[in-house]
Amino acid sequence: MGRKLDPTRKEKRGPGRKARKQRGAEVELARFLPPGKCGLGPARGRPAAPPAKPAVKAAGQTARGQTGFSDGNSKWLAPAKAKKTQPKGNHTELSSDGEVEEGNWEMEEEEDGSSEEMVDDYGASSSEEDELLPIEKAALKQKSDREGLGEDDSEEEEGEEAAEEANRQKMGQKEEEGLDLQLNLDIDEQFKLPTNEEIEKEDILFIFFPPAEPPDLHVIHQRIQGNMEVLQDFVVKREEGRTRQEYLALLRRDMAAYYSYSDFLLMKLMDIFPLPELVNFLEANEVPRPVTIRTNTLKTRRRDLAQALINRGVNLDPLGKWSKTGLVIYDSSVPIGATPEYLAGHYMLQGASSLLPVMALAPQENERILDMCCAPGGKTSYIAQLMKNTGMILANDSNAERLRSVVGNLHRLGVTNTVVSNCDGRQFPKVLGGFDRVLLDAPCSGTGVISKDPAVKTNKDEKDILRCAHLQKELILSAIDSVNAASETGGYIVYCTCSIMVEENEWVVDYALKKRNVRLVATGLDFGKEGFTRFKDRRFHPSLKSARRFYPHTHNMDGFFIAKFKKFSNAIPQARKEPAAEAAAPSAVPDTVTEPQPKKKKLDGSKADKEQKLPQPALKKKHSLKAQRRPLKA
Amino acid sequence: MRPLTEAETRAVFEKLGKYIGENIQLLVDRPDGTYCFRLHRDRVYYLSEKLLKLAASVPRESLVAAGTCFGKFTKSQKFRLSVTALDFLAPYAKVGHGSSSPGPVPAPAPHNSSHLSQYKVWVKPGSEQSFLYGNHVLKSGLGRITENTAQYQGVVVYSMADVPLGFGVAAKSTQECRKVDPLAIVVFHQADVGEYVRNEDTLT
Repeated sequence: MGRKLDPTRKEKRGPGRKARKQRGAEVELARFLPPGKCGLGPARGRPAAPPAKPAVKAAGQTARGQTGFSDGNSKWLAPAKAKKTQPKGNHTELSSDGEVEEGNWEMEEEEDGSSEEMVDDYGASSSEEDELLPIEKAALKQKSDREGLGEDDSEEEEGEEAAEEANRQKMGQKEEEGLDLQLNLDIDEQFKLPTNEEIEKEDILFIFFPPAEPPDLHVIHQRIQGNMEVLQDFVVKREEGRTRQEYLALLRRDMAAYYSYSDFLLMKLMDIFPLPELVNFLEANEVPRPVTIRTNTLKTRRRDLAQALINRGVNLDPLGKWSKTGLVIYDSSVPIGATPEYLAGHYMLQGASSLLPVMALAPQENERILDMCCAPGGKTSYIAQLMKNTGMILANDSNAERLRSVVGNLHRLGVTNTVVSNCDGRQFPKVLGGFDRVLLDAPCSGTGVISKDPAVKTNKDEKDILRCAHLQKELILSAIDSVNAASETGGYIVYCTCSIMVEENEWVVDYALKKRNVRLVATGLDFGKEGFTRFKDRRFHPSLKSARRFYPHTHNMDGFFIAKFKKFSNAIPQARKEPAAEAAAPSAVPDTVTEPQPKKKKLDGSKADKEQKLPQPALKKKHSLKAQRRPLKA
Repeated sequence: MRPLTEAETRAVFEKLGKYIGENIQLLVDRPDGTYCFRLHRDRVYYLSEKLLKLAASVPRESLVAAGTCFGKFTKSQKFRLSVTALDFLAPYAKVGHGSSSPGPVPAPAPHNSSHLSQYKVWVKPGSEQSFLYGNHVLKSGLGRITENTAQYQGVVVYSMADVPLGFGVAAKSTQECRKVDPLAIVVFHQADVGEYVRNEDTLT
């Protein structure tokens, strides 16, 4: 259908088929331009779009303050009443104009009949009764059917409630219509926050009388968008008398319903992400991350592997500048996990984010490495390939079932320098110690990999997170103790999780910094978000800036957290009243004292002692003598 | 984790000898150290002496694997070679065959790798998949075969691109292979790399 900006061409109105055909851009423009300025550059059609844009913008500004539309659309298109005064309206209108114009331009760009969709988004006509699309008609019919069903119910109450529910849906629909109209035409109109009574009613309905039909997702989605708009420009767009908390509460409920999250998890996520980012994060979790593979440089080169796979009909690309062995698979005509190259051990299926901790660990040849939670063996084999099969790796995991895949993968990839064991990670270093480097990929709540396992959205609660955090703290202390700080080339621990929760990441790292003689060093990864140094009411050590966070929506890889420690002393600081008597302790003291959180109650005793020690270096001897004497006394 | 007894060592070397002839010494004395065989839970592992020290410190119940598993002893004390030994018994593809040629020193293959596996069989691309599913190789799928292969000789099976696919036992000598009809079995299947996906659980 033509898209010419021809004002003389009448567009068809009415419920017929021809009216369904896409309306030209002149319809959109007509809403903003003052009469007579419709269709600037009429005969030039599409190429006119960009030059028309600035003109339209200028025209849009002058279109402010019109009460009606004086072109042919006034019959079916009536703007909503303006509530606010002009100056405020100006500000917001401009932005919305810009927004809408971009959309407008987009629409002009698009080839196919998605102008109907665009029209829907702006809601110019979708809400009008006489312009209903067949599907909307069907939806309304369905709703009235449900209503009918509801009334047919023998239980009076249920019928009532269902009718109320249907009413509410209609209200929601109207709200949505109201929303659409507002977003387009008159931004002075606000997102209507349902009153408290209405929210309570909804709650009661959902708890006591589960509605016969599922909540209307489209309505909820619209509500979310409207709500977010208000929250971002709260001072301007708020409804009088409603607090921000109420808006946030409704937003949380709607998001939980729309994206199927538990309320607990959503609260945690709202603490971590600002609102627009939160929506991106939630959307990113609905979509799987791209499939990536890692070339096994023990057996082949990335170039050769790429060539071989392309010959089999796989569409791939190198992963990025930061990786020399990664390849991302776009699509493939053969199963990637069963090609002869895979079986020959030329590559390993591995997420992009799993390459990062090993790159941070940077294992050198002829070192002793411990991988505490190695299943299914992707990181272990990467370590082995970086070491070129020299040195020694101890690959440990506490789950015997998953160790089978570790053994299988290691053998397939041709790794020969590894011993696989099945111990609980907390038993190190009793089992074996004195490693040069340790990689701890701690078991976690999995909130970074929701796209792989959607069950995490609902089955994690406070207890799970705290339990994970507790286990991680024990594991990290074991990991630190298993490293030999005096190693010439090593002395590094890398701690990583596939979670984005602060309780499992920064908190655990901070705990380790307090409890052991370690310090954080740069991971060597130059991209990724820095770790938090403060979060809500907690304050972490400033060096946590060197830790890295990765998110699905910003980096297009699974959510990850990576921190790299350097152990500078093998001594373990005592956290009791008596001052540490080891020679290494004084060097440890300045570090541990400079992690100062007076709010923290944990290490009060030891801190007091250490603070005593620092300003009185002359008395150090006295203290250590005291310490020597004390055991005898005790 | 214990060293192999006399009988066990003999069984293992006999089996290995079927595939690589008398070059077993090359497996033991390598330029990057001495390697040895150890037995753990009926499986034979091949590892360097350095790794042995590490493996010995791990408690026996917790040890799952060390180095490379070559195969296992069945209940009747026969030694069965597994596909995980393929990297050691098959040499790497040589440069010029168009396939992978690794840059750094290929550690699993001994230094004069080219002569380790004596008898080789190349399989046509069409029958690769069939072999990887565990079927025997038919005459119709046979691409090349080393000269003077005796009957029931252990062979290493390759694809035409010189990628090792597994082990087999020649069902017919080379002479007979030329005469036999296309549907006759020429190589009995012993182990193939498809087992990494099919039988992942039985590797340990």
